Amino acid sequence: MSILINRRSRVVTQGITGNTGQFHTRTSREYANGRECFVAGVNPKRAGENFEGIPIFGSVREARDRTGATVSVIYVPPAGAAAAIWEAVEADLDLAICITEGIPVRDMIALRDRMKRENRRTLLLGPNCPGVITPGELKIGIMPGHIHRKGRVGVVSRSGTLTYEAVAQLSELGIGQSTAVGIGGDPVNGLKHIDVLKLFNDDPDTDAVVMIGEIGGSDEETAARWAKEYMRKPVVGFIAGVTAPAGKRMGHAGAIISGGKGTAQEKLAVMEECGIRVTRNPAEMGRTLKSVLG
Amino acid sequence: MKIHEYQGKELLRQFGVATPRGIACFTLDEAVAAARTLGGSVWVVKAQIHAGGRGKGGGVKVAKSLDEVRAKARQILGMQLVTHQTGPAGQKVRRLLIEEGADIRKELYVGMVVDRQTQRVCLMASSEGGMDIEQVAANHPERIHKMFIDPAAGLNDADAQVLARSIGVPKTSVAQAAQLLQALYRCYEQTDASLAEINPLVVTADGRVVALDAKLNFDDNALFRHPEIVALRDLDEEDPLEIEASKHDLSYISLDGNIGCMVNGAGLAMATMDTIKLFGGEPANFLDVGGGASAEKVTAAFKIMLQNPKVRAILVNIFGGIMKCDTIAAGIVAAAREVKLAVPLVVRMKGTNEDIGRKILADSGLPIISADNMGQAAQRVVAAVKALQAKKKAPKPKPKPKPRQKARPKAKPAAKANVGRIPGARPEAKRSKGKKK
Repeated sequence: MSILINRRSRVVTQGITGNTGQFHTRTSREYANGRECFVAGVNPKRAGENFEGIPIFGSVREARDRTGATVSVIYVPPAGAAAAIWEAVEADLDLAICITEGIPVRDMIALRDRMKRENRRTLLLGPNCPGVITPGELKIGIMPGHIHRKGRVGVVSRSGTLTYEAVAQLSELGIGQSTAVGIGGDPVNGLKHIDVLKLFNDDPDTDAVVMIGEIGGSDEETAARWAKEYMRKPVVGFIAGVTAPAGKRMGHAGAIISGGKGTAQEKLAVMEECGIRVTRNPAEMGRTLKSVLG
Repeated sequence: MKIHEYQGKELLRQFGVATPRGIACFTLDEAVAAARTLGGSVWVVKAQIHAGGRGKGGGVKVAKSLDEVRAKARQILGMQLVTHQTGPAGQKVRRLLIEEGADIRKELYVGMVVDRQTQRVCLMASSEGGMDIEQVAANHPERIHKMFIDPAAGLNDADAQVLARSIGVPKTSVAQAAQLLQALYRCYEQTDASLAEINPLVVTADGRVVALDAKLNFDDNALFRHPEIVALRDLDEEDPLEIEASKHDLSYISLDGNIGCMVNGAGLAMATMDTIKLFGGEPANFLDVGGGASAEKVTAAFKIMLQNPKVRAILVNIFGGIMKCDTIAAGIVAAAREVKLAVPLVVRMKGTNEDIGRKILADSGLPIISADNMGQAAQRVVAAVKALQAKKKAPKPKPKPKPRQKARPKAKPAAKANVGRIPGARPEAKRSKGKKK
């Protein structure tokens, strides 16, 4: 098994006609079962055409009806990205993965409100995230596939390259991953640490989890408190931004210490309290995980 | 993006929020003329800088005659205003706001931010106006009332009135206060604000509800649809290095240390800073070169880092995914040559084509120190800085003169000689001779 995606997922790319969408669709397709899994693209103006053999449809719904797509990956530019996510939600897909960085918060607030109000079943990953990969099966997103290795450790993180760092450390130690999930660095997003922990907890093929956070908000604390109560598998953690000054946005829109809240120290303390083994040295994420494996 | 108080008030007025009458000025003569135009007998002279805490820092003064307006304006205009938000150097005051005085009966607090938990705008209000709201939140959390606004419905009359009553607005002014809250929310929403704060919001002796201050920040990601907000940007209030970085699509923030870092990805950049600190060093900046760094971008990043006179060494940490390590390496070599890099440079590269990238660095002939992982990279850059500092302090050991590292040396050979002697950190150029990668 794995979480969120596997070899049976069928993927539609929204924004398949843009440079970014094409580049990453190509590399994702070249990874493991990508060729069978990437089945459709969407662009209302280019319906009927194809991208390197992947048929392009006028809408997500049509793509789903014609190809059986279950997952959408979104590379649409920021101004239209929230609407693109909504299209995937309306088409009732299992999962929408939004890679796009720079979506206005107001658009995300309206979108999330509508998803909740209408009780939609589609899960949202992102925006401003690297995507998700189930090594050896399917990669959907912008992460480098070759650093991954099939295995039984789950990875969840807000940051892209820091996720790759953790994955590479694990792989070098011979520890493979069940699924690696980037939830993204925006303040208003879809799946949070807690949601992904729950999925890993229920996944029979995941034995332990690396949870990586950063300054801003309190999602890591919420996840840690849940884990203390319900998590049946060891979790190790790292929080980036111990040296970050208050009131400064550190790249990610969501990475900001405001009103004295959301500091790395606070998060690390809560995680430790909740039984999560944390490291202050990001070069030690892999070894920390290894230390909790029986 | 931040704007000045007077600009914030102008925006608020457009949405129907009552504010005192005021005029922004840049000179003493303008300040006196403004007071004359406003009329009355009491004026407030307010420093316009982007940081908060201006009153405590001496940037807000009351004047009771036109002569006093000139005198107070002279004190404030051009001063380095230091507040808890400016840092010890303070911020130079270049603009003033001259405002009519208000007869205050009650001081309240109102603020709006996005709440990540509920994914809604949170309206915060308190009876403790005019104070540091973070203090109130810490000492008297029960005095802060919160309301999470339904994005589809907006802030309705009933809820706005409940909130107004909860913070002690007198009965006869409740309707007016509620309208002000609704106007504030409309402004927040329609301008894509990320923070709105009115501290204090006052009830005057004659029962009017007026915004005596206005702090508005905006969502950078939404500025593309707000040219009217972008027009309010005051570059004098921003770090010139951060402005320069944003032109190259780099995310840069100045810090207090002496180790420059260049990293791809915000999370990894923060983690790299943390690792430097963990091994006893202090980062000089946060710098995320982003996903698609070209040679030009890397060069720009180097130039920006080196403009900070405190920088004594540089650490580059790249996890090449989409970005290939050979491209990055070529960019680093080109940049180091172009800026005639004279401080130790430690490079850690991981990911696609890392071997080719390392070879490019090694063959460049530049004194680049290579590292296999983040921890090692941080240790080596910290060691490089310490070696330089030790060298500086130590008296000349022998009469034979050697090229010495100055505060900011320009000569390449000097740097080379220094780097070669850093314990545990030999240049890649020498290292790779014996060992083939």
